[in-house]
Amino acid sequence: MSKGKYDIKSFPGFRAITLLCLFILYAPLLVVTVYSFNDSQSLTVWEGLSWRWYADVFTGPESGKFKEAARNSFVIAIVAATTATIIATLAATAMVRGGKFKLRSISFGLISLPLMVPEIVTAVAVLIFFNSIGFERGLMTILISHIAFCIPFAYLPISARMQGIEDTYEQAAMDLYATKRQAFTKILLPLMMPGIISGFLLAFIVSLDDFIITNFVKGAGVETLPTAIFGSVKQGLKPNIMAISTMLLSVSVVMVTISYFVSKSDNTK
Amino acid sequence: MSDERENAIDVREAVKRYGDFTALKTISLTIKDNEFFTLLGPSGCGKTTLLRMIAGFENVTEGEILLYGQEIENLPPYKRPVNTVFQNYALFPHMTILDNVAFGLEMRGNSKADARKRAGEVLELVQLSQFAARKPSQLSGGQQQRVALARALAPQPKVLLLDEPLSALDLKLRKAMQIELKHLQRETGITFIFVTHDQEEALTMSDRIAVMSAGELQQLGEARDIYERPRNMFVADFIGETNLLEVSVDAVEGGRAKCHLGGGHELTCNAVDEIGAGSTVHMSVRPERLFMSDAPTESESLKGTVKENIYIGTDLSTIIALADGPDFIVRTSNSDRGIKRIFEPGSDIYVNMEQGAARLLID
Repeated sequence: MSKGKYDIKSFPGFRAITLLCLFILYAPLLVVTVYSFNDSQSLTVWEGLSWRWYADVFTGPESGKFKEAARNSFVIAIVAATTATIIATLAATAMVRGGKFKLRSISFGLISLPLMVPEIVTAVAVLIFFNSIGFERGLMTILISHIAFCIPFAYLPISARMQGIEDTYEQAAMDLYATKRQAFTKILLPLMMPGIISGFLLAFIVSLDDFIITNFVKGAGVETLPTAIFGSVKQGLKPNIMAISTMLLSVSVVMVTISYFVSKSDNTK
Repeated sequence: MSDERENAIDVREAVKRYGDFTALKTISLTIKDNEFFTLLGPSGCGKTTLLRMIAGFENVTEGEILLYGQEIENLPPYKRPVNTVFQNYALFPHMTILDNVAFGLEMRGNSKADARKRAGEVLELVQLSQFAARKPSQLSGGQQQRVALARALAPQPKVLLLDEPLSALDLKLRKAMQIELKHLQRETGITFIFVTHDQEEALTMSDRIAVMSAGELQQLGEARDIYERPRNMFVADFIGETNLLEVSVDAVEGGRAKCHLGGGHELTCNAVDEIGAGSTVHMSVRPERLFMSDAPTESESLKGTVKENIYIGTDLSTIIALADGPDFIVRTSNSDRGIKRIFEPGSDIYVNMEQGAARLLID
């Protein structure tokens, strides 16, 4: 389409606007990444390459706090993403294969609503909910709320994938003596796998990076990586924060990249 | 044709409704054991719906479907000993060709080793053994088609259902597959029910054909019956090329009907019980049953003028205008060129028809 009548590259100002957008989006990330390798106490004065702040993250005075927070973050992300993915897969099966049922569009709205609601509202709502039922805040409250807001993120790639799979595959399976359950596990599930993996990774990243909701529902002394970083920053910005941020960024980039390639790999062809 | 064979499929007053829309209006038909049976009709005529009702993908609103005497209309697809070749093949893309073909046998409870051994044999039958380890996407359309066939045949179904399986193939391959399917049906002895909108395909392959339109059965019979003795306008028009002309019936006697066309041209048609003298109906005469001459012959001759000659490869198609009357199309085989003359446009000639070539049709 690059040679089409409306070749976007020929629009006036295309290049300038693109560069500006890219700069605003990525310059801060670039600065943080580069300065995380700075051999200096100062945040802004460059004094040469060094791994010093990375070492500080693992062995420095705050290392205990960060390790604990990282463990919490990963455990929560894995459990929350797995649970959310299972729920999202079942929801997608019902929505895409369930035929037309009365509350279908309402159901879809309910599934995707958390994407639209401002996170702070969800955070306050979840907090009030836990308080009102007397649920003691801690790892469990974080986990439950993460599962809840991860579901729509897992749901979208899974249902998109499922919509691309014709139902004649399942019909063919049932025609060949497979029961409904066998048709699901032997045919539909393997074909959906790229969407499921993609959904899982997306949910994982969203859980790993979440700050606002986590900050509201976590108990005293329980930290995840984002809240630990925030706590550390409140006591003064040190270059080790840039190192830890860069590491977190790398995990996200890797996950999103895998998710992209998995969802692109098409095992129906 | 008196026939002692058992009925493979017995459709008894089956009706299919989707809400207010009636897709099938009370269809009854029987399909005999070991028969190559075709459901033929334009898209939307209900032929695929009927096939899917036999397969179990659509429930039956009213009526019954019997498979070798056993009621099946309430059984789920996986409990019916029938298999389907789908229009888009629906080969499982994540499995190898061998696993695809073995799938039905495995699901039916054969051991994995036994299922694979059987699947290998069936692949040999369709000459695809060398592709057993490949994935469906690595095969050509024609090869995929044969895998779909092998997969449906492997569990040895009592009836094989084929839903326009050749429509995605190019003409040459389609012709070859038509013959191959026909042979396969003879070799396996399995009853085939074939759905197509291609009348030529239906004529080529079928023992019997059910012509359908608008959810109704229009005519059921052998290929020759359907082509040479169409019962109504729809069948005459849908199957093959024909001269479909309005006639007034003057007298009916001994199975023959004296009629006249517009312009007063008289001709004799085969009568049908439903049509009496005085009615205005349509008649059909196939273009290859007509021939041209300079002078009247002892056959029935109608006077006209050649309008146009159209070369269509095997035949020459000539359009003739009767004086003050309708146009006729006459087909002359090109292999007869040496014997029969070509009449140039503008020539005054006679159109002759063999006795019994023209038939009255009910609407």
